Amino acid sequence: MIAALTQLLIFQLAGEVIARGLALPVPGPVLGMVLLFAALALRGGPSAELQQTGQGLLQHLSLLFVPAGTGVMLHLGRVADEWLPLAAALVVSTAATLAVTALTMRLLMPKPAAPEQQP
Amino acid sequence: MSAESASLADILALSPRLGELWVYLAASPLLGLTLTLVAYQAAWWTHRKSGGSPLANPVLLAVALLVTVLTLSGTDYHTYFDGAQFVHFLLGPATVALAIPLYAQIRRVRALALPVLAGLVAGSLTAIVSAVAVGKLLGASEPTLLSLAPKSVTTPIAMGIAEGIGGIPSLTAALVIATGILGAVGARYLFDAMRVKEPAVRGLAIGVASHGIGTARAFQVSEEAGVFAALAMGLNGVLTALLVPPLAAALAG
Repeated sequence: MIAALTQLLIFQLAGEVIARGLALPVPGPVLGMVLLFAALALRGGPSAELQQTGQGLLQHLSLLFVPAGTGVMLHLGRVADEWLPLAAALVVSTAATLAVTALTMRLLMPKPAAPEQQP
Repeated sequence: MSAESASLADILALSPRLGELWVYLAASPLLGLTLTLVAYQAAWWTHRKSGGSPLANPVLLAVALLVTVLTLSGTDYHTYFDGAQFVHFLLGPATVALAIPLYAQIRRVRALALPVLAGLVAGSLTAIVSAVAVGKLLGASEPTLLSLAPKSVTTPIAMGIAEGIGGIPSLTAALVIATGILGAVGARYLFDAMRVKEPAVRGLAIGVASHGIGTARAFQVSEEAGVFAALAMGLNGVLTALLVPPLAAALAG
């Protein structure tokens, strides 16, 4: 677990250094993900240990958003002043984004072979 | 749960010795960290008991519980975050670790490269334009509109974008989390109504609309949906960083 965590942190650090060094609009961890992906492609997959640690972290990804989410309490006052435009914008925009993305992607998906047409 | 924490605050206020203990604990990172994990365990237990219902979203429940406890005990957010930051920090390595399932599913992703890119661009534009347009129509102030524009991407990117265009970064962070929870809670019902069944399509859409919180939800449903959500989250972060600055000036002004 420690070796796997060390690897993940090294890739994050490398991503951070490159993103800041080149002033890219991408956060370090996302670049770290790209770098780890490249390493996995070169090595032909993760070690069992890395696989297990990665799975452990991702299984409870929700937990990791809780501290930042609790920061909502800092804005309760500001949100109360403009709650209607904010709530409407978030609800409408989230639904529209889900629908437009799904419909666009589905339109261009290769059609699965229809079972009736098979002999 | 609010009744429980109210009585806790009352007990602590009653006894001076407990009050001293509280002063000590409130200043130590142990309490913030433990509270976060306990609230999440309670949220996760409720989520499981509900049969994995998206309405019982673990992030939503844990955040609601923590905001209630912190408000009733008079603890300020920064004191809490001194402890909770250890959990927050793991977002970095977890993001890096998304490469592992992505690698496992890469053949599927490559086969769908064109639909993925088209869905991403259409969704990214919709997220920005519709949020600012609706907000403006209902009379939101300009700093609020600029804080809304990047709300569909992961917190660090969204805060950076908001800062660059004159929004309020910490307000953006709150809007990003709210968007994530909305997508994670509502996506299943919308997709079922639209008869969208393919895990890849559902995953991509939830990743574009609701970043990491949507991705966490997608992984709870299936690895395939999770991978497409993670991919969408990463790509949409970059695309939104490029699209928002020119769009926001035109839309909000």
